[in-house]
Amino acid sequence: MAADPTNAPAGAAPAGASPAGDAARQAAAQLVADLPPAPAVWCSGLRKRYGKRQAVEEVSLQVGRGEVVGLLGPNGAGKTTVIKMLLGLVTPDAGEAMLFGSPAADPASRTKVGYLPELFRYQPWLSAAEVLALHVRLSGVAVPAAEQREVLALVGLGERAGDRVGGFSKGMQQRLGLAVALVARPEFVVLDEPTSALDPLGRADVRDIVLSLRERGVAVLLNSHLIGEVERVCDRVVILDRGRVATSGTLAELLGQRELRLELTGVTPAAEARLAATGLVEREGDWFTVALPAEDAGDAVPDLVGDLVAAGVRVHAVEPVRISLEERLLGILRATADARAEAEERA
Amino acid sequence: MSTARTVLTIAGLTLREASRRKVLRALAGLTIVLLVLSAWGFSRLSAESEFGTLTSGEARLVASQLLNLVMFGLSLIAALGTAFLAGPTLSGEIESGISLSLLARPVRRWAVLAGKWLGLAAFGSGFVVLAGLAQCLVVQATVGYWPPQPVVALALLAAQTVVLLTLGLLLSTVISPMASGVVAVGLFGATWIAGVVGGIGEALGNDGVARVGTISRMLLPTDGLWRGAMHAFQDPAALLQFGQEMEGFPFLSEAPLTVAYLAWAAFWVLMIWGLAALSFRRKDL
Repeated sequence: MAADPTNAPAGAAPAGASPAGDAARQAAAQLVADLPPAPAVWCSGLRKRYGKRQAVEEVSLQVGRGEVVGLLGPNGAGKTTVIKMLLGLVTPDAGEAMLFGSPAADPASRTKVGYLPELFRYQPWLSAAEVLALHVRLSGVAVPAAEQREVLALVGLGERAGDRVGGFSKGMQQRLGLAVALVARPEFVVLDEPTSALDPLGRADVRDIVLSLRERGVAVLLNSHLIGEVERVCDRVVILDRGRVATSGTLAELLGQRELRLELTGVTPAAEARLAATGLVEREGDWFTVALPAEDAGDAVPDLVGDLVAAGVRVHAVEPVRISLEERLLGILRATADARAEAEERA
Repeated sequence: MSTARTVLTIAGLTLREASRRKVLRALAGLTIVLLVLSAWGFSRLSAESEFGTLTSGEARLVASQLLNLVMFGLSLIAALGTAFLAGPTLSGEIESGISLSLLARPVRRWAVLAGKWLGLAAFGSGFVVLAGLAQCLVVQATVGYWPPQPVVALALLAAQTVVLLTLGLLLSTVISPMASGVVAVGLFGATWIAGVVGGIGEALGNDGVARVGTISRMLLPTDGLWRGAMHAFQDPAALLQFGQEMEGFPFLSEAPLTVAYLAWAAFWVLMIWGLAALSFRRKDL
């Protein structure tokens, strides 16, 4: 978990008021200036209990500037509660959360944050354009009307700007929510299930929007059940299960394990030994699945195939197998469930 | 975003909601019905009844009572209107999810609450003052009676509305939208009845029963302010002349409000508003 507390409160670092004189003070000031900018969001040890249910337990995570992080996990894992605690909408029982280096409890820390809630509803008596104007006013950022219209057009509501929100379908309301999240020039956007009410076209639009945000250096925290989408757009993934961080890391770290499927005949014991030397082997008839080493300069596959051919094996097919994020997620969730069951049994 | 701008933005939004949600039209419709009915009633009273044979003092007393009765109807409309507006405006928005995106903006929760309160207070007071003034004009046109202190009376009616909507806001931070409206209106009615009971107690010289009214007026100042408003609407000379016979009558008030009571009402509003802000600040959305 990349929750490095020294990284977070950059703004709160000591000002270097040393009695040793100007040089020391300057050095200290330089040190502070050279600190990397505080991450878009950083939290440590967040806990929240609703009645008897522990919704969130010791959650720590970080989204760096310009980074796109996916938040995954089964229903009731505490994803939305974590998001609400990061935005000051729910008060944590314990732990700390910072937005751009300021405590999340301070409203000013949310100036550069855009949010599309899971439960998206907007004033039905206002028009789409009026909802955006309201949010621009509340955010305190001066966004000209033309730019607001552009954001509406970006989410596909350009033609409906003057229509009352009360007449919008769920999908259109979610598109409006996306526009609300984007309108005040945010540097960090939190999207909680942004495609739950959208058709396939809308989902593709959201994916394009997230990718364009990443290009512009806007940080994104994306909570979605559509793992394929997360896999396509996220730099890093945090997996929550039962209120705890089950695992987190870059996609390469999480999906690092690669496999190779080969259809072989005339396999000699020497060839079998060669396969086993590469990695774990599973055999189904003529099909062999070999786990490839995590650290590989790109020689593992050609070397293996060359050696097999040299050993007289007839190679009919060679297919790379990539573990999907979905398989990995299910694997992690099952593993934690098994571990829990075991622990309960022991208790 | 300065806090003042948040307050004004939310107040404007609340007023816009009231006008767009047809609350304004519904209230205006009800008020017009009440005004027309009262105009008809007052005109029949002067034309057909023994109104012409009454002494001028008696006529003013009857007009005072009737004006108070109709004003009670108006204040009831205002109470129902603001209580049912104040309830959904907070808890309804929390329930539906509208608050989520709004409160994720760089705004302080108490500023949002202050904006709602200001918008509702402007709406409720504006309604009471306009409708009350129209009613006074109707009475003036039909029976020629003009209340002695119309400004004080209308201001007290507006204050009564503000008291009730502040209570409605507090309730809406802790209970559901529908329940908060029902409880606020229920308390308003209960206090009024307690006030009537207290008045009867005073007329009968029963201190215990009279205390019911005094205590309820302290707990929720709507009835106290209403009695102050009635006193400012009614003719003081007529009351002096016939007051003894009318003791305990629910649509006449014997005494004006004291400064201490007005101060208490203002403190009460501040206190309840503070509680609402405290409760809203801690609320998990």
